[in-house]
Amino acid sequence: MIRAEILKELIPIISDQLVVCNIGLPSQELHMTDDQPSNFYMLGTMGLASSIGLGLALAQKKKVIAIDGDGSVLTNLGTLPTIANNVANNFILLIIDNGSYGSTGDQPTYAGKKTSLTKVAKACGCENVVECQAEDTLSVMRSALAGNKMTIIVCKCESGNIKVPVITMDPVVIKDRFMKEVAIGRV
Amino acid sequence: MLVSEKIVKDFVNNNISFVTTVPCKQLAGVIEELELSKKIYHIPSNKEDEGMGLCAGAHLGGKRSAIIMQNTAIGVTINTLVTLIQYYRMPLPMLISYRGELGEPVACQVEMAVHTKALLNQLNIPTYHFHKESDVEELDSILKYTFMCNKPVAILTDATFWKGY
Repeated sequence: MIRAEILKELIPIISDQLVVCNIGLPSQELHMTDDQPSNFYMLGTMGLASSIGLGLALAQKKKVIAIDGDGSVLTNLGTLPTIANNVANNFILLIIDNGSYGSTGDQPTYAGKKTSLTKVAKACGCENVVECQAEDTLSVMRSALAGNKMTIIVCKCESGNIKVPVITMDPVVIKDRFMKEVAIGRV
Repeated sequence: MLVSEKIVKDFVNNNISFVTTVPCKQLAGVIEELELSKKIYHIPSNKEDEGMGLCAGAHLGGKRSAIIMQNTAIGVTINTLVTLIQYYRMPLPMLISYRGELGEPVACQVEMAVHTKALLNQLNIPTYHFHKESDVEELDSILKYTFMCNKPVAILTDATFWKGY
């Protein structure tokens, strides 16, 4: 399975959740398949989806899913100690680990070689790290959503991309509709 | 009142409740003061661009956030300032230690100091420079201005302001 197939399979259970999505193809795939005000697409700044997701989870009570990639986590590796030491039990970080920089032409990452992001996350102090194969992502995400515990999911999958259009939506529109979605029901 | 107490008090009075820091010797006092504040969630970050991501997330969650860092971080964060904070129009007060100014003992710090204002100017970031202790009186207005205009705003604080730290 490749990332686009995993995202498509996850949509029924993440569509009504707050999702912060990584720059490039992941955001474009999510946008094409299931555009929602509850999706925050990153149009720039590689590596910060997990940081934005954590900040959002710490700032309010709703569940937050950050969809990240192995390349992006490697870019911002300092995020894992920060996540470990600032536990937000409404936060789920999904690292789609296809061992490659998908958006830039599938160049290999170190996560596809000797480096295990699962072990790195654990060594950083993250307490609930689940590594799974692509085919099991749906059930792992379902359990994470049902639980009330910060979860890091490292989903090992194949590299590969589908053709998707770029996102032409204005960033301020993306932010505005997302913030309204976050604020619904806030007391 | 100590300058650090005044800074944190102004943060709290402007409803800033989420602050990230990357330490600098000059900022040690204000970071200590933040830790003492019950109204502010202090989240140290490992790099300043990571910190800006955390602040962006808190902003999306409806909280007012701020970052405290050294001027060397301008070199680290240009892409994040431009493609995240400015592109999505997020307010972000940046309390910055202005290393490499008068009183600086470390020569290397001057190398970044000479570029600091030019870079901020190039990025169209409103920039204030605290040199005398009384300059801190303007902080409250600067914070209000930041959340009025939804921009990153830089407050450079030099060694003279911190009394040689």
